[in-house]
Amino acid sequence: MALTEQEILAGVGKIINEITGIPADEVTPEKSFVDDLDIDSLSMVEIAVAAQDEFGVEIPDDKLKDLKTVKDVIGFIQG
Amino acid sequence: MSTDQVRVVVTGLGATTPLGGDVASSWSALLAGQSGVRNLTEDWVDSVPVKFAARAAVDPTEVLPRPESRRLDRTEQFALIAAREAWAHAAIDKVDSERLGVVVGSGIGGITTILDAYDTFKEKGWKRLSPYTVPMLMPNGAAGWIGIEIGARAGVHATVSACATGAESIGYAIEMIRSGRADVVVAGGTEAAIHPLNIGSFAAMRAMSTRNDEPQRASRPWDKNRDGFVLGEGAGIVVLESEEHALARGAKIYGVAAGVGYSADAHHIAQPEPTGAGVMLAMRRVLENSGLTGQDIKHVNAHATSTPAGDVVETRAIKEVIGDHPLVSGTKSMTGHLLGGAGGIESVFTILALHERIAPGTINLDDLDDGIEVDIVRGAPRKLPDGQIAAINNSFGFGGHDVAVAFTSV
Repeated sequence: MALTEQEILAGVGKIINEITGIPADEVTPEKSFVDDLDIDSLSMVEIAVAAQDEFGVEIPDDKLKDLKTVKDVIGFIQG
Repeated sequence: MSTDQVRVVVTGLGATTPLGGDVASSWSALLAGQSGVRNLTEDWVDSVPVKFAARAAVDPTEVLPRPESRRLDRTEQFALIAAREAWAHAAIDKVDSERLGVVVGSGIGGITTILDAYDTFKEKGWKRLSPYTVPMLMPNGAAGWIGIEIGARAGVHATVSACATGAESIGYAIEMIRSGRADVVVAGGTEAAIHPLNIGSFAAMRAMSTRNDEPQRASRPWDKNRDGFVLGEGAGIVVLESEEHALARGAKIYGVAAGVGYSADAHHIAQPEPTGAGVMLAMRRVLENSGLTGQDIKHVNAHATSTPAGDVVETRAIKEVIGDHPLVSGTKSMTGHLLGGAGGIESVFTILALHERIAPGTINLDDLDDGIEVDIVRGAPRKLPDGQIAAINNSFGFGGHDVAVAFTSV
């Protein structure tokens, strides 16, 4: 069964909290990784690998740079 | 006790050691004669001949937030914790970042990161490596992180000279300030090398104590029955500052970093030169560099690792260059040997000894070895004299590095 957007958001929030320490409830769809959450490119790699484990969706490097906001990541995971 | 050079003073101290998670707890445990050595409980202990080490009293991952811990090697974790304590202690509100430097080194660097990452690489492939693997394994990583945190732009350096690293870093920092490159420098050493590969490798050199039935009695500098060093971990960091800068901001001054003496044995990659010529040269040079005489030196925090080869030679060198009057302490009897961290924590202890007028003791010294003709502080600490006094921290390392750093009381 496909996950809902809310379930994916919760999962992404948990990953980001684990890696960066940012509280999961601050990870909302419209937030930009660089401008709002201050997440650097190395941490984005960690987040992508963790998301792959959590959701079983591989994020290729050339797609990763296009994922600017939390919403972009949710959309990519939803397919 | 005067030179025409810029005076460098100590305005901040930080440490995390096998005796305590900060300076105060480490120092009080040291004065109480406690041992920081304990049995290892890891499952790999059966694979090595040494079953004990001086683990840090407070695990750094209990102090640092988890997101920070996971991107730092343990070497960097210790260094950041000690640097934060030293920086807070110095209470510098405002400093020109182009006049602020860092010199923090490690003997080995992020070796546990290297080994763990290689396991990950072999088992799961390169994509599973943390993107922080390189900054975690590089030996200048600790200096880099500290520099970023405090905004140090005068220069961030990492000396590497095995067990002389911490002292060499502090010496380099003194020279940075004297030469006019910086007003304030955060300096010291860190190490986190308790890993079966390191223990196996040091054991292969027959350098480590194997007193497995009495771990807390294993580190015994100058004792006839010493059988090697005990591996420790942690970091010691100082904040050094030009006297002018410190006075201008009304800083509390804990001591003067009077000078440094460097030399090298040019003899053997791991064994000390048997006449102590290199050690004597470093001590002569530290006196010259600090404008001190042997008579001024009232205390020596000796390198004294508890290995059969080096301990006695160092005391002969002290007697020859300084005299038989200083109170000589072997604090590795309590902390174990922190390798690149040793000169850091032992400089912190030397500064505190001058500031509080007390020379720490040396535990486990039951039967003084032959040929030792200096005044070793056996057992309990002893009082240092009033008035203007000086002390030396000696640190020597594989590769033949000899470093002596001198401090004077305020």
